[in-house]
Amino acid sequence: MTDALAAPVLTAASWRDYLALLKPRVMSLVVFTAFTGLICARTAVNPILAGVAILCIAVGAGGSAALNMGFDADIDALMRRTRRRPVPAGRIQASDAVALGVILSLFSVALMGLAINLLAAGLLAFTIVFYAIVYTLWLKRRTPQNIVIGGLAGALPPLIGWAAASGTVTLNACLLVAIIFFWTPPHFWALSLYTRGDYAAAGVPMMPVVRGAASTRRQILLYSLVLIPLCLAPASTGLGGPIYLAAAAGGGTVFLVLAVRLARSQAGDAITQPGGLYQVRDASRPARNLFAFSILYLFSLFAALLIEALARMAPLGRI
Amino acid sequence: MSDPNTEDAVFARARRGRNLLIALSLAAFVIIVFVVTIAKLMANGAANHTL
Repeated sequence: MTDALAAPVLTAASWRDYLALLKPRVMSLVVFTAFTGLICARTAVNPILAGVAILCIAVGAGGSAALNMGFDADIDALMRRTRRRPVPAGRIQASDAVALGVILSLFSVALMGLAINLLAAGLLAFTIVFYAIVYTLWLKRRTPQNIVIGGLAGALPPLIGWAAASGTVTLNACLLVAIIFFWTPPHFWALSLYTRGDYAAAGVPMMPVVRGAASTRRQILLYSLVLIPLCLAPASTGLGGPIYLAAAAGGGTVFLVLAVRLARSQAGDAITQPGGLYQVRDASRPARNLFAFSILYLFSLFAALLIEALARMAPLGRI
Repeated sequence: MSDPNTEDAVFARARRGRNLLIALSLAAFVIIVFVVTIAKLMANGAANHTL
């Protein structure tokens, strides 16, 4: 544990620090994918209850993020990317972050169960426990497969949204989960290739730290080869239409080209330490390019699904 | 050395902000439960009316 964790009780933490504990940027992506799942279920939903379901998912995501920051304060303090977070910076105590996380998690699951349905509440509870306990406390510090298995927590929000709308889980809903699940390793390993020094300093066994950069680049390519056909699948199951197919095929081609370029590069071979965190050496630029494009790709896939689902539902008066 | 009066003012301002956040959260909670109750009652009413 660091000295930061022994900060005095008297604190100047502002509401912005507490907001930062909820990882608002991650929360916005969770809300977006969950909302897409809710709309793609194509079930008539009371708009107020749909809003409450999304609120529960957002608060649950915030609660699990606060738990993550409370539990990870010791390693966050050692990494440039995370050392300014409220807990390692000493503005909020780790125990306060955990308490906030528990309160928000209980509130979100209870409200989801009472207002929406038990399936959605159960899935939300599972996601929070999986992220805060299984990933943060166990996988993250023990195995280079941490973000592969832990990625399930980030993949579940569309399923929760789907279950909140329809009360069931279908093959198409699971397809959305599979897309995010297989998208996660190329996304995070690309990032870890050029922030590898940080992870090594904190003792986090990310793939480039444990198996080396060359092996990580190969695995990114392998996961990309699985991901792209998987992203095309919704077009054949009726979940996605022509806009989705164009986004999946066009974006998938670019994704594969970037993954091949990364596999052929020397990204991550030399640890980037001096300079700014995101001041990437030329050799690591292919990793940065794939990381940036992977965000755009996932966003465009879910945006295409959302637009098509809304267009289908509008004439039926379901929205 | 920093001025203790200024420090006190900073802590007091931060505490006020946190208290306001808790008050707003509690108010939001009450409103959400009320709105959900009304929405559920209306949904049940519509279902019974159909029957």
